[in-house]
Amino acid sequence: MNHLLSVADLGPDGIAEVLRVAEAFAEVERRAIPKVPTLRGRVVATLFFEESTRTRLSFETAAKRLSADVLSLSVATSSVKKGESLRDTVETVEALGIDALIVRHPSSGAPEQVARWVDRARVVNAGDGWHEHPTQALLDCFTVRQVLAERQGCDPASLGTDCFVGLNVLIVGDIRHSRVARSEVLAYAAVGANVTVAAPGSLLPPSLDGWPVTVAPDLDAALGDADVVSLLRLQAERGSGSFVPSLREYTAGWALTADRVARLKPGALVTHPGPMVRGVEIASDVADLPFVVATRQVTNGVAVRMAVLFLLLGSGTAGLAEEPAPADPTVPTNHPASEVAHG
Amino acid sequence: MAERERSHTRPLGGVFVPHSLVLSGADVQRALTRMSHEVAERNGGLDDVVIVGLQTGGVTLAHHMAVALELSESQQVPVGTLDVAFYRDDIGLRPVLPEAATDIPVDLTGRVVVLVDDVLFTGRTVRAALNALSDFGRARAVQLAVMVDRGHRELPIRPDYVGKNLPTRREEMVDVSEDGVAIGTLMPR
Repeated sequence: MNHLLSVADLGPDGIAEVLRVAEAFAEVERRAIPKVPTLRGRVVATLFFEESTRTRLSFETAAKRLSADVLSLSVATSSVKKGESLRDTVETVEALGIDALIVRHPSSGAPEQVARWVDRARVVNAGDGWHEHPTQALLDCFTVRQVLAERQGCDPASLGTDCFVGLNVLIVGDIRHSRVARSEVLAYAAVGANVTVAAPGSLLPPSLDGWPVTVAPDLDAALGDADVVSLLRLQAERGSGSFVPSLREYTAGWALTADRVARLKPGALVTHPGPMVRGVEIASDVADLPFVVATRQVTNGVAVRMAVLFLLLGSGTAGLAEEPAPADPTVPTNHPASEVAHG
Repeated sequence: MAERERSHTRPLGGVFVPHSLVLSGADVQRALTRMSHEVAERNGGLDDVVIVGLQTGGVTLAHHMAVALELSESQQVPVGTLDVAFYRDDIGLRPVLPEAATDIPVDLTGRVVVLVDDVLFTGRTVRAALNALSDFGRARAVQLAVMVDRGHRELPIRPDYVGKNLPTRREEMVDVSEDGVAIGTLMPR
Protein backbone atom coordinates (compact mmCIF):
# COMPACT_ATOMS: atom_id res chain seq x y z
CA MET A 1 0.00 0.00 0.00
CA ASN A 2 1.57 3.27 -1.08
CA HIS A 3 -1.37 5.56 -0.41
CA LEU A 4 -4.55 5.46 1.61
CA LEU A 5 -7.21 6.85 -0.72
CA SER A 6 -10.09 4.51 -0.01
CA VAL A 7 -10.97 1.84 2.53
CA ALA A 8 -11.06 -0.48 -0.48
CA ASP A 9 -7.25 -0.08 -0.75
CA LEU A 10 -6.91 -1.95 2.54
CA GLY A 11 -9.23 -4.92 2.27
CA PRO A 12 -10.10 -7.00 5.34
CA ASP A 13 -6.46 -7.87 6.11
CA GLY A 14 -5.33 -4.27 5.78
CA ILE A 15 -8.09 -3.10 8.10
CA ALA A 16 -7.10 -5.77 10.63
CA GLU A 17 -3.46 -4.65 10.39
CA VAL A 18 -4.30 -0.97 10.92
CA LEU A 19 -6.42 -1.85 13.97
CA ARG A 20 -3.65 -4.06 15.37
CA VAL A 21 -0.94 -1.43 14.95
CA ALA A 22 -3.28 1.29 16.25
CA GLU A 23 -3.66 -0.70 19.46
CA ALA A 24 0.12 -0.47 19.96
CA PHE A 25 -0.05 3.30 19.45
CA ALA A 26 -3.01 3.58 21.86
CA GLU A 27 -0.62 2.22 24.49
CA VAL A 28 1.90 4.93 23.53
CA GLU A 29 -0.82 7.51 24.07
CA ARG A 30 -1.49 6.29 27.60
CA ARG A 31 2.13 6.96 28.61
CA ALA A 32 3.29 9.95 30.61
CA ILE A 33 5.35 10.98 27.57
CA PRO A 34 3.14 9.98 24.63
CA LYS A 35 5.78 10.33 21.96
CA VAL A 36 8.01 7.86 20.09
CA PRO A 37 10.95 8.62 17.75
CA THR A 38 9.61 6.39 14.97
CA LEU A 39 9.30 8.92 12.12
CA ARG A 40 12.17 11.23 13.05
CA GLY A 41 13.31 13.24 10.06
CA ARG A 42 10.17 12.57 8.02
CA VAL A 43 7.97 15.47 6.98
CA VAL A 44 4.19 15.26 6.91
CA ALA A 45 2.18 18.06 5.29
CA THR A 46 -1.53 18.65 5.71
CA LEU A 47 -3.17 20.17 2.64
CA PHE A 48 -6.70 21.14 3.56
CA PHE A 49 -8.79 22.74 0.85
CA GLU A 50 -11.81 22.53 3.10
CA GLU A 51 -12.34 23.51 6.73
CA SER A 52 -11.81 20.99 9.48
CA THR A 53 -11.16 20.99 13.20
CA ARG A 54 -10.72 17.47 14.42
CA THR A 55 -9.30 15.73 11.36
CA ARG A 56 -6.54 18.23 10.86
CA LEU A 57 -5.64 18.47 14.53
CA SER A 58 -5.81 14.70 14.81
CA PHE A 59 -3.45 14.06 11.90
CA GLU A 60 -1.04 16.73 13.11
CA THR A 61 -1.08 15.34 16.65
CA ALA A 62 -0.49 11.85 15.27
CA ALA A 63 2.46 12.97 13.16
CA LYS A 64 4.00 14.90 16.06
CA ARG A 65 3.66 11.95 18.43
CA LEU A 66 5.63 9.95 15.86
CA SER A 67 8.31 12.70 15.92
CA ALA A 68 7.69 13.65 12.28
CA ASP A 69 7.90 17.30 11.31
CA VAL A 70 4.55 18.76 10.39
CA LEU A 71 3.80 21.44 7.84
CA SER A 72 0.33 22.70 7.52
CA LEU A 73 -0.87 24.43 4.39
CA SER A 74 -3.86 26.55 5.01
CA VAL A 75 -5.47 27.29 1.68
CA ALA A 76 -6.87 30.63 2.80
CA THR A 77 -3.33 32.03 3.18
CA SER A 78 -1.62 30.11 0.34
CA SER A 79 -0.88 30.79 -3.32
CA VAL A 80 -4.03 28.83 -4.17
CA LYS A 81 -5.75 32.15 -3.54
CA LYS A 82 -3.59 33.68 -6.30
CA GLY A 83 -4.83 31.07 -8.74
CA GLU A 84 -2.24 28.32 -8.39
CA SER A 85 -3.59 25.00 -9.59
CA LEU A 86 -3.83 21.90 -7.41
CA ARG A 87 -1.13 20.25 -9.49
CA ASP A 88 1.33 23.12 -9.10
CA THR A 89 0.61 23.29 -5.39
CA VAL A 90 1.27 19.57 -5.00
CA GLU A 91 4.46 19.71 -7.06
CA THR A 92 5.71 22.64 -5.02
CA VAL A 93 5.01 20.82 -1.80
CA GLU A 94 6.71 17.66 -3.02
CA ALA A 95 9.73 19.62 -4.24
CA LEU A 96 10.24 20.63 -0.62
CA GLY A 97 10.98 16.97 0.18
CA ILE A 98 7.76 16.09 1.94
CA ASP A 99 7.17 12.42 2.74
CA ALA A 100 3.41 12.35 3.21
CA LEU A 101 0.56 14.56 2.07
CA ILE A 102 -2.67 14.54 4.03
CA VAL A 103 -5.25 15.89 1.60
CA ARG A 104 -8.76 17.11 2.19
CA HIS A 105 -10.58 18.52 -0.81
CA PRO A 106 -14.19 19.43 -1.67
CA SER A 107 -13.96 17.48 -4.96
CA SER A 108 -14.37 13.71 -4.91
CA GLY A 109 -11.24 12.02 -6.28
CA ALA A 110 -8.84 14.92 -5.68
CA PRO A 111 -6.52 12.87 -3.43
CA GLU A 112 -6.40 10.13 -6.06
CA GLN A 113 -5.36 12.69 -8.65
CA VAL A 114 -2.72 14.02 -6.25
CA ALA A 115 -1.43 10.47 -5.78
CA ARG A 116 -0.85 10.22 -9.56
CA TRP A 117 1.18 13.42 -9.56
CA VAL A 118 3.55 12.67 -6.70
CA ASP A 119 6.76 10.70 -7.19
CA ARG A 120 7.71 9.44 -3.78
CA ALA A 121 5.38 11.07 -1.27
CA ARG A 122 2.56 9.03 0.26
CA VAL A 123 -0.94 10.44 0.02
CA VAL A 124 -3.63 10.04 2.66
CA ASN A 125 -7.22 10.96 1.89
CA ALA A 126 -8.55 13.04 4.77
CA GLY A 127 -11.95 13.46 3.14
CA ASP A 128 -12.78 14.18 -0.50
CA GLY A 129 -16.16 15.57 -1.44
CA TRP A 130 -18.90 12.95 -1.14
CA HIS A 131 -16.46 10.15 -1.80
CA GLU A 132 -14.52 8.80 1.18
CA HIS A 133 -12.97 9.53 4.55
CA PRO A 134 -11.09 6.30 5.24
CA THR A 135 -9.39 7.15 8.54
CA GLN A 136 -12.76 8.09 10.04
CA ALA A 137 -14.20 4.66 9.21
CA LEU A 138 -11.09 2.98 10.62
CA LEU A 139 -11.31 4.85 13.89
CA ASP A 140 -15.02 4.02 14.12
CA CYS A 141 -14.17 0.31 13.81
CA PHE A 142 -11.37 0.74 16.33
CA THR A 143 -13.70 2.43 18.83
CA VAL A 144 -16.43 -0.18 18.43
CA ARG A 145 -13.92 -2.98 18.97
CA GLN A 146 -12.47 -1.21 22.00
CA VAL A 147 -15.89 -0.98 23.66
CA LEU A 148 -16.72 -4.61 22.83
CA ALA A 149 -13.39 -5.71 24.30
CA GLU A 150 -14.01 -3.73 27.49
CA ARG A 151 -17.35 -5.43 27.93
CA GLN A 152 -15.77 -8.84 27.49
CA GLY A 153 -12.87 -7.84 29.72
CA CYS A 154 -10.27 -8.76 27.12
CA ASP A 155 -7.51 -7.10 25.12
CA PRO A 156 -8.98 -5.43 21.97
CA ALA A 157 -6.13 -6.75 19.83
CA SER A 158 -7.06 -10.32 20.76
CA LEU A 159 -10.47 -9.88 19.10
CA GLY A 160 -8.94 -9.28 15.66
CA THR A 161 -11.84 -8.47 13.38
CA ASP A 162 -13.93 -11.47 14.48
CA CYS A 163 -15.95 -9.24 16.78
CA PHE A 164 -17.46 -7.51 13.72
CA VAL A 165 -18.81 -10.66 12.10
CA GLY A 166 -22.59 -10.52 12.24
CA LEU A 167 -22.62 -7.16 14.04
CA ASN A 168 -25.62 -5.06 12.94
CA VAL A 169 -24.49 -1.57 11.97
CA LEU A 170 -27.13 1.03 11.17
CA ILE A 171 -25.99 4.20 9.41
CA VAL A 172 -28.51 7.00 9.75
CA GLY A 173 -28.78 10.36 8.04
CA ASP A 174 -27.37 12.13 5.04
CA ILE A 175 -25.99 9.07 3.24
CA ARG A 176 -26.11 10.88 -0.10
CA HIS A 177 -23.58 13.56 0.76
CA SER A 178 -21.57 11.71 3.38
CA ARG A 179 -18.05 10.48 2.64
CA VAL A 180 -18.02 8.99 6.12
CA ALA A 181 -20.98 6.79 5.16
CA ARG A 182 -19.20 5.47 2.06
CA SER A 183 -16.04 4.62 3.96
CA GLU A 184 -17.99 3.11 6.87
CA VAL A 185 -20.04 0.91 4.55
CA LEU A 186 -16.85 -0.41 2.92
CA ALA A 187 -15.05 -0.92 6.22
CA TYR A 188 -17.84 -2.53 8.21
CA ALA A 189 -18.86 -4.76 5.30
CA ALA A 190 -15.23 -5.83 4.69
CA VAL A 191 -14.87 -7.11 8.25
CA GLY A 192 -18.17 -8.98 8.13
CA ALA A 193 -20.76 -6.69 9.70
CA ASN A 194 -24.34 -6.41 8.38
CA VAL A 195 -24.78 -2.82 7.27
CA THR A 196 -28.18 -1.12 7.03
CA VAL A 197 -28.73 2.46 5.96
CA ALA A 198 -31.68 4.59 7.03
CA ALA A 199 -32.43 8.01 5.54
CA PRO A 200 -35.22 9.91 3.88
CA GLY A 201 -35.36 8.93 0.20
CA SER A 202 -33.99 12.28 -0.88
CA LEU A 203 -30.86 11.76 1.20
CA LEU A 204 -30.06 8.30 -0.17
CA PRO A 205 -27.66 8.14 -3.11
CA PRO A 206 -29.34 8.05 -6.54
CA SER A 207 -28.37 4.38 -6.79
CA LEU A 208 -27.30 1.85 -4.20
CA ASP A 209 -26.29 -0.71 -6.83
CA GLY A 210 -23.25 -2.61 -5.64
CA TRP A 211 -23.44 -1.27 -2.10
CA PRO A 212 -23.30 -4.15 0.39
CA VAL A 213 -26.18 -2.66 2.39
CA THR A 214 -29.87 -3.06 3.03
CA VAL A 215 -32.14 -0.02 3.20
CA ALA A 216 -34.38 0.38 6.24
CA PRO A 217 -37.77 1.84 5.35
CA ASP A 218 -37.95 3.82 8.56
CA LEU A 219 -35.68 4.49 11.46
CA ASP A 220 -37.96 3.33 14.26
CA ALA A 221 -38.23 -0.19 12.83
CA ALA A 222 -34.48 -0.52 12.29
CA LEU A 223 -33.27 0.81 15.65
CA GLY A 224 -34.22 -2.28 17.63
CA ASP A 225 -31.84 -4.54 15.67
CA ALA A 226 -28.80 -2.31 15.67
CA ASP A 227 -25.68 -3.07 17.70
CA VAL A 228 -24.02 0.09 16.41
CA VAL A 229 -25.83 3.23 15.25
CA SER A 230 -23.71 5.60 13.20
CA LEU A 231 -25.32 9.02 13.10
CA LEU A 232 -24.31 11.41 10.33
CA ARG A 233 -24.55 15.15 10.17
CA LEU A 234 -26.84 16.87 7.69
CA GLN A 235 -24.24 18.37 5.32
CA ALA A 236 -25.60 21.91 5.06
CA GLU A 237 -22.49 23.07 3.15
CA ARG A 238 -23.29 20.54 0.43
CA GLY A 239 -26.86 21.76 0.14
CA SER A 240 -28.50 19.02 2.19
CA GLY A 241 -30.92 21.54 3.61
CA SER A 242 -32.80 21.64 0.34
CA PHE A 243 -33.20 17.83 0.31
CA VAL A 244 -35.49 17.85 3.34
CA PRO A 245 -38.66 19.89 3.75
CA SER A 246 -37.43 21.41 7.00
CA LEU A 247 -34.94 20.67 9.73
CA ARG A 248 -37.82 20.14 12.14
CA GLU A 249 -39.35 17.51 9.89
CA TYR A 250 -35.98 15.80 9.47
CA THR A 251 -35.54 15.73 13.23
CA ALA A 252 -39.02 14.32 13.73
CA GLY A 253 -38.40 11.43 11.35
CA TRP A 254 -34.69 10.66 11.52
CA ALA A 255 -33.00 12.11 14.58
CA LEU A 256 -31.97 10.13 17.65
CA THR A 257 -34.37 11.55 20.21
CA ALA A 258 -34.98 10.45 23.78
CA ASP A 259 -38.06 8.47 22.60
CA ARG A 260 -35.96 6.57 20.08
CA VAL A 261 -33.25 5.82 22.62
CA ALA A 262 -35.86 3.66 24.38
CA ARG A 263 -36.10 1.47 21.26
CA LEU A 264 -32.37 0.73 21.20
CA LYS A 265 -31.13 -2.72 22.18
CA PRO A 266 -29.46 -2.80 25.57
CA GLY A 267 -25.76 -2.34 24.95
CA ALA A 268 -26.16 -0.61 21.59
CA LEU A 269 -23.50 1.99 20.77
CA VAL A 270 -23.93 5.31 18.99
CA THR A 271 -21.04 6.75 16.99
CA HIS A 272 -20.88 10.19 15.43
CA PRO A 273 -18.00 11.45 13.29
CA GLY A 274 -18.53 15.05 14.41
CA PRO A 275 -19.13 17.87 14.21
CA MET A 276 -22.38 17.07 16.00
CA VAL A 277 -25.33 19.38 15.44
CA ARG A 278 -27.34 19.04 18.61
CA GLY A 279 -31.07 19.31 18.07
CA VAL A 280 -30.86 18.19 14.42
CA GLU A 281 -29.55 14.63 14.06
CA ILE A 282 -29.28 14.00 17.78
CA ALA A 283 -31.16 15.49 20.74
CA SER A 284 -28.87 17.46 23.01
CA ASP A 285 -29.60 15.39 26.14
CA VAL A 286 -29.07 12.15 24.19
CA ALA A 287 -25.68 13.32 22.93
CA ASP A 288 -24.33 13.29 26.47
CA LEU A 289 -25.44 9.74 27.32
CA PRO A 290 -22.62 7.26 27.97
CA PHE A 291 -23.34 4.98 25.01
CA VAL A 292 -22.65 7.88 22.63
CA VAL A 293 -18.92 7.43 22.05
CA ALA A 294 -18.15 10.51 19.95
CA THR A 295 -15.48 11.85 22.32
CA ARG A 296 -13.80 8.48 22.49
CA GLN A 297 -13.76 8.41 18.68
CA VAL A 298 -11.83 11.68 18.67
CA THR A 299 -9.31 10.30 21.17
CA ASN A 300 -8.87 7.08 19.19
CA GLY A 301 -8.46 9.02 15.96
CA VAL A 302 -4.91 9.94 16.93
CA ALA A 303 -3.79 6.33 17.49
CA VAL A 304 -5.46 5.17 14.26
CA ARG A 305 -3.82 7.96 12.26
CA MET A 306 -0.46 7.19 13.86
CA ALA A 307 -0.92 3.63 12.64
CA VAL A 308 -1.75 4.77 9.11
CA LEU A 309 1.25 7.11 8.95
CA PHE A 310 3.52 4.43 10.41
CA LEU A 311 2.33 1.78 7.96
CA LEU A 312 2.79 4.15 5.00
CA LEU A 313 6.09 5.72 6.04
CA GLY A 314 7.78 3.63 8.67
CA SER A 315 7.08 -0.04 8.59
CA GLY A 316 9.01 -0.65 5.40
CA THR A 317 6.32 -3.09 4.31
CA ALA A 318 4.68 -0.80 1.76
CA GLY A 319 4.13 -2.70 -1.45
CA LEU A 320 4.98 -6.06 0.09
CA ALA A 321 1.41 -7.24 -0.24
CA GLU A 322 1.82 -7.32 -4.01
CA GLU A 323 5.27 -8.85 -4.36
CA PRO A 324 6.79 -11.71 -2.39
CA ALA A 325 9.22 -10.68 0.30
CA PRO A 326 12.87 -10.80 -0.72
CA ALA A 327 14.69 -13.57 1.10
CA ASP A 328 17.00 -12.45 3.86
CA PRO A 329 20.47 -12.38 2.23
CA THR A 330 22.05 -13.62 5.47
CA VAL A 331 20.12 -16.88 5.27
CA PRO A 332 21.71 -19.49 3.00
CA THR A 333 18.99 -20.82 0.75
CA ASN A 334 21.04 -23.68 -0.74
CA HIS A 335 20.61 -25.63 2.45
CA PRO A 336 17.62 -27.91 2.25
CA ALA A 337 16.14 -28.83 5.59
CA SER A 338 16.38 -32.56 4.86
CA GLU A 339 20.19 -32.47 4.79
CA VAL A 340 20.46 -30.90 8.18
CA ALA A 341 21.86 -33.20 10.82
CA HIS A 342 19.57 -33.07 13.79
CA GLY A 343 21.60 -33.12 16.99
CA MET B 1 14.15 -31.30 17.92
CA ALA B 2 11.28 -29.90 15.92
CA GLU B 3 11.16 -27.27 13.28
CA ARG B 4 9.51 -24.19 14.61
CA GLU B 5 7.48 -21.46 12.97
CA ARG B 6 9.05 -18.03 13.61
CA SER B 7 6.31 -15.75 12.41
CA HIS B 8 7.75 -12.65 14.06
CA THR B 9 11.38 -13.07 13.13
CA ARG B 10 12.43 -10.27 10.89
CA PRO B 11 12.16 -9.62 8.05
CA LEU B 12 8.97 -11.61 7.57
CA GLY B 13 9.29 -14.81 9.48
CA GLY B 14 10.18 -18.28 8.33
CA VAL B 15 10.69 -21.76 9.63
CA PHE B 16 13.51 -22.38 12.06
CA VAL B 17 15.39 -25.57 11.20
CA PRO B 18 17.57 -26.71 14.13
CA HIS B 19 21.04 -28.19 13.57
CA SER B 20 22.23 -28.86 17.08
CA LEU B 21 20.77 -28.59 20.54
CA VAL B 22 23.05 -26.55 22.78
CA LEU B 23 21.07 -26.46 26.01
CA SER B 24 18.24 -28.77 27.04
CA GLY B 25 15.02 -27.51 28.57
CA ALA B 26 16.37 -28.44 32.01
CA ASP B 27 19.61 -26.53 31.29
CA VAL B 28 17.60 -23.44 30.43
CA GLN B 29 15.69 -23.72 33.69
CA ARG B 30 18.95 -24.14 35.68
CA ALA B 31 20.54 -21.14 33.94
CA LEU B 32 17.45 -19.08 34.70
CA THR B 33 17.56 -20.07 38.36
CA ARG B 34 21.24 -19.13 38.55
CA MET B 35 20.64 -15.79 36.84
CA SER B 36 17.80 -15.07 39.27
CA HIS B 37 20.13 -15.65 42.21
CA GLU B 38 22.68 -13.35 40.59
CA VAL B 39 20.05 -10.64 40.21
CA ALA B 40 19.16 -10.84 43.89
CA GLU B 41 22.81 -11.02 44.93
CA ARG B 42 23.95 -8.09 42.86
CA ASN B 43 21.08 -5.85 43.97
CA GLY B 44 21.17 -6.90 47.62
CA GLY B 45 17.63 -8.22 47.46
CA LEU B 46 14.76 -7.24 45.25
CA ASP B 47 13.73 -3.82 46.54
CA ASP B 48 13.01 -1.51 43.60
CA VAL B 49 13.72 -4.28 41.07
CA VAL B 50 11.42 -4.41 38.01
CA ILE B 51 11.74 -7.15 35.40
CA VAL B 52 10.99 -6.19 31.80
CA GLY B 53 10.81 -8.85 29.08
CA LEU B 54 11.50 -7.82 25.51
CA GLN B 55 8.80 -8.85 23.02
CA THR B 56 8.55 -11.53 22.02
CA GLY B 57 11.43 -13.83 23.01
CA GLY B 58 12.13 -12.31 26.43
CA VAL B 59 8.61 -12.29 27.80
CA THR B 60 8.34 -15.93 28.86
CA LEU B 61 11.87 -15.83 30.30
CA ALA B 62 10.98 -12.69 32.29
CA HIS B 63 7.97 -14.41 33.84
CA HIS B 64 10.01 -17.52 34.66
CA MET B 65 12.66 -15.33 36.27
CA ALA B 66 10.01 -13.62 38.41
CA VAL B 67 8.72 -17.03 39.54
CA ALA B 68 12.27 -18.17 40.38
CA LEU B 69 12.89 -14.96 42.34
CA GLU B 70 9.69 -15.38 44.30
CA LEU B 71 10.70 -18.92 45.22
CA SER B 72 14.16 -17.96 46.43
CA GLU B 73 13.51 -14.51 47.90
CA SER B 74 9.83 -14.82 48.89
CA GLN B 75 9.16 -11.45 47.29
CA GLN B 76 7.10 -10.54 44.25
CA VAL B 77 8.66 -8.27 41.65
CA PRO B 78 6.68 -6.32 39.02
CA VAL B 79 7.01 -7.79 35.52
CA GLY B 80 6.52 -5.72 32.38
CA THR B 81 6.78 -6.28 28.66
CA LEU B 82 8.33 -3.99 26.06
CA ASP B 83 8.01 -3.89 22.28
CA VAL B 84 10.75 -1.78 20.74
CA ALA B 85 9.47 -1.56 17.16
CA PHE B 86 8.86 2.21 17.35
CA TYR B 87 12.43 2.81 18.57
CA ARG B 88 14.37 0.69 16.09
CA ASP B 89 17.08 2.25 13.91
CA ASP B 90 16.12 0.25 10.81
CA ILE B 91 12.63 1.74 10.43
CA GLY B 92 12.04 2.33 6.74
CA LEU B 93 14.97 0.06 5.81
CA ARG B 94 13.17 -3.19 6.36
CA PRO B 95 9.83 -4.38 7.65
CA VAL B 96 9.37 -3.28 11.23
CA LEU B 97 6.06 -3.89 12.88
CA PRO B 98 5.00 -3.95 16.51
CA GLU B 99 4.64 -7.58 17.52
CA ALA B 100 2.90 -7.50 20.83
CA ALA B 101 1.90 -5.28 23.68
CA THR B 102 4.07 -2.96 25.72
CA ASP B 103 2.98 -3.00 29.34
CA ILE B 104 5.15 -1.30 31.95
CA PRO B 105 3.13 -1.60 35.17
CA VAL B 106 5.07 0.92 37.31
CA ASP B 107 6.83 4.26 36.96
CA LEU B 108 10.46 3.32 36.43
CA THR B 109 11.90 6.42 38.09
CA GLY B 110 14.31 5.30 40.79
CA ARG B 111 13.81 1.58 40.05
CA VAL B 112 16.36 -1.01 38.95
CA VAL B 113 15.21 -2.45 35.65
CA VAL B 114 16.35 -5.92 34.64
CA LEU B 115 15.82 -6.20 30.88
CA VAL B 116 15.36 -9.81 29.81
CA ASP B 117 15.79 -11.14 26.29
CA ASP B 118 16.39 -14.55 24.78
CA VAL B 119 19.38 -13.84 22.50
CA LEU B 120 21.89 -10.96 22.51
CA PHE B 121 23.26 -10.48 18.99
CA THR B 122 24.04 -7.09 17.41
CA GLY B 123 22.82 -5.12 20.43
CA ARG B 124 20.48 -3.00 18.35
CA THR B 125 17.33 -4.27 20.01
CA VAL B 126 18.82 -3.48 23.41
CA ARG B 127 19.79 0.01 22.23
CA ALA B 128 16.18 0.56 21.14
CA ALA B 129 14.94 -0.85 24.44
CA LEU B 130 17.12 1.57 26.44
CA ASN B 131 15.59 4.49 24.57
CA ALA B 132 12.09 3.11 25.05
CA LEU B 133 12.63 2.60 28.79
CA SER B 134 13.65 6.22 29.25
CA ASP B 135 10.13 7.23 28.20
CA PHE B 136 8.76 5.44 31.26
CA GLY B 137 10.86 7.29 33.82
CA ARG B 138 14.50 7.63 34.85
CA ALA B 139 15.54 4.24 36.11
CA ARG B 140 18.27 4.20 38.79
CA ALA B 141 19.97 1.42 36.83
CA VAL B 142 19.24 -0.83 33.89
CA GLN B 143 20.73 -4.33 33.84
CA LEU B 144 20.61 -6.82 31.00
CA ALA B 145 19.89 -10.54 31.33
CA VAL B 146 20.04 -12.81 28.26
CA MET B 147 19.75 -16.56 27.90
CA VAL B 148 22.29 -16.63 25.07
CA ASP B 149 25.07 -14.18 24.17
CA ARG B 150 26.04 -15.12 20.64
CA GLY B 151 28.52 -12.33 19.94
CA HIS B 152 28.70 -10.17 16.78
CA ARG B 153 27.94 -6.95 18.63
CA GLU B 154 27.59 -3.79 16.54
CA LEU B 155 27.18 -1.45 19.51
CA PRO B 156 29.00 -1.04 22.84
CA ILE B 157 26.54 -3.12 24.84
CA ARG B 158 27.27 -6.00 27.22
CA PRO B 159 25.02 -8.22 29.31
CA ASP B 160 25.06 -8.35 33.11
CA TYR B 161 23.63 -11.86 33.41
CA VAL B 162 24.22 -14.55 30.79
CA GLY B 163 22.70 -18.03 30.52
CA LYS B 164 25.30 -19.23 28.05
CA ASN B 165 28.01 -17.65 25.91
CA LEU B 166 27.61 -19.26 22.53
CA PRO B 167 30.08 -18.61 19.69
CA THR B 168 28.13 -18.59 16.42
CA ARG B 169 28.58 -17.78 12.80
CA ARG B 170 26.80 -14.61 11.80
CA GLU B 171 24.46 -16.34 9.36
CA GLU B 172 23.35 -18.95 11.88
CA MET B 173 20.24 -18.50 13.92
CA VAL B 174 19.77 -19.22 17.61
CA ASP B 175 16.38 -20.31 18.88
CA VAL B 176 15.46 -20.21 22.57
CA SER B 177 12.36 -21.89 23.90
CA GLU B 178 11.34 -23.76 27.02
CA ASP B 179 12.49 -26.93 25.25
CA GLY B 180 16.06 -25.65 25.11
CA VAL B 181 18.49 -23.65 23.00
CA ALA B 182 19.27 -24.73 19.44
CA ILE B 183 21.48 -23.44 16.64
CA GLY B 184 20.06 -23.70 13.15
CA THR B 185 18.99 -21.77 10.10
CA LEU B 186 15.88 -19.81 9.27
CA MET B 187 14.34 -21.09 6.07
CA PRO B 188 12.15 -18.66 4.14
CA ARG B 189 8.60 -19.83 3.74
